[in-house]
Amino acid sequence: MKHYEVEILCAKTKDKLCFLDKVDPNSTIGEIKAMFHRSHPQWYPARQSIRLDAKGKSLKDEDILQNLPVGTTATLYFRDLGAQISWVTVFLTEYGGPLLLYLMFYFRVPFIYNTKYDFTTSKHWVVHLACMCHSFHYVKRLLETLFVHRFSHGTMPLRNIFKNCTYYWGFSAWMAYYINHPLYTPPAYGEQQVQLALIIFLFCQIGNFSIHIALRNLRPPGSKARKIPYPTKNPFTWLFLLVSCPNYTYEVGSWVGFTLMTQCLPVAFFTLVGFIQMMIWAKGKHRSYLKEFRDYPRLRSPILPFML
Amino acid sequence: MASSEEDVSAEDKENNRKKTKRPFVTAWLTVYNIAMTAGWMVLAVAMIRFYIQKGTHKGLYKSISRTLKFFQTFALLEIFHCAFGMVRTSVIVTGVQVCSRIFMVWFVTHSIKQIQNEESVVLFLVAWTVTEITRYSFYTFSLLNHLPYFIKWARYNLFIVLYPVGVAGELLTIYAALPYVRKSGMLSVRLPNKYNVSFDYYICLIIVMLSYIPLFPQLFFHMLRQRRKVLHGEVMVEKED
Repeated sequence: MKHYEVEILCAKTKDKLCFLDKVDPNSTIGEIKAMFHRSHPQWYPARQSIRLDAKGKSLKDEDILQNLPVGTTATLYFRDLGAQISWVTVFLTEYGGPLLLYLMFYFRVPFIYNTKYDFTTSKHWVVHLACMCHSFHYVKRLLETLFVHRFSHGTMPLRNIFKNCTYYWGFSAWMAYYINHPLYTPPAYGEQQVQLALIIFLFCQIGNFSIHIALRNLRPPGSKARKIPYPTKNPFTWLFLLVSCPNYTYEVGSWVGFTLMTQCLPVAFFTLVGFIQMMIWAKGKHRSYLKEFRDYPRLRSPILPFML
Repeated sequence: MASSEEDVSAEDKENNRKKTKRPFVTAWLTVYNIAMTAGWMVLAVAMIRFYIQKGTHKGLYKSISRTLKFFQTFALLEIFHCAFGMVRTSVIVTGVQVCSRIFMVWFVTHSIKQIQNEESVVLFLVAWTVTEITRYSFYTFSLLNHLPYFIKWARYNLFIVLYPVGVAGELLTIYAALPYVRKSGMLSVRLPNKYNVSFDYYICLIIVMLSYIPLFPQLFFHMLRQRRKVLHGEVMVEKED
């Protein structure tokens, strides 16, 4: 078996960073990253981007050296992706914040509202319901992060945690401030409005969860296989017939329900911003599905049936 | 805050390519930039005439306010120029620039009449006028493929003085407006109300002032980098994101 030689250059400056000899041709890029890490301990594998071309796309960890278009002396380029943090850590932090912050406003912890309201609770029952729904939503997200989701990438850039937490924590504090305010005004159409909103909210929460389970089942444990999602026996997954990312559709639906329930403009604003972001993600996902699979169902739209 | 940032050397090439392929776009942009240069020159002349005749800055804003509002608001078109790919600049950058000007004109000097005679207003008006005349004539000459060096020099050197002067004028004006906003409670919404929201324009203005702290240095240093690239042909090693 002929061994390969691998030299790793810096993509920006073209400096020689590392020379590996006697590399097994069946080595994966993941293994090469581990070897590179040994000579440069500050660059752990998760922050290495290895490419064939200085400005090209990153190679995958699973790619095998001898299957790449390189000679027996391979030249690879390295780019530092910066400090990385695991997706799980980011999700737990960004969802834990809203859960706790909202409850602080709900229980009217001191220094938020006028001192005479400290540790009191709202007299409106919709405020209690809203707290339960909001808390349920984030507990669900935390549990899904721990037990349901299968992440393609292990890590993301460290700066994302600051960006994401600012978004989630900031918005949840802003919403919670008004919903739990002593001067809160309950919905204009009273009981009927709140009941309808609750039905929409619960329906979409179940829907969103069903989609997460369906997506998890698409991919066996430890696999990074990519398949087209299809409707299952669960009626909530039938939305896959019309939409590429029904999880986002249901998520928007949940927040529309919550907006209706609380009749609070900051909540409407949060719903709108979330919708715009998820629409961008859904369009991207839809486009990559179309690129990857020839037989991708033509009827599907990215996020809203027949519309967007 | 003043001028928008473009990669000029690339823009020059881009403009040349565009000119051969899109005559209507070039024609429109040329007309637009000539009109804006003329508009801001009219403003400059009006301001100088007022000061010579009256010997004071009091009443100067009022005398030019309609022209200012017209030409500054018209600049909103520049966002569409970027959005439709007619001009090679980021929509967001242009959007932020134009919106900050619109904010200053309509939500500060127009809405809070008591500060219209402040010296700080003249400060930023002068900075804006000189900047815009330089900037629009720079674009005009670039589009006509005949850019005199002194215009290029002006665009990439005057900002060093004009940017800080303009920012100072804007911040001092907003600061002067604060007590009037607090007293009148303008543009503010209080609880309780049907939509469970509140907005305090006074706090909003303070946040706007604070936002200058991170934003101004970024824009200023970007212009400095552009200056080094364009005037001194320095090759910059870009920091990849």
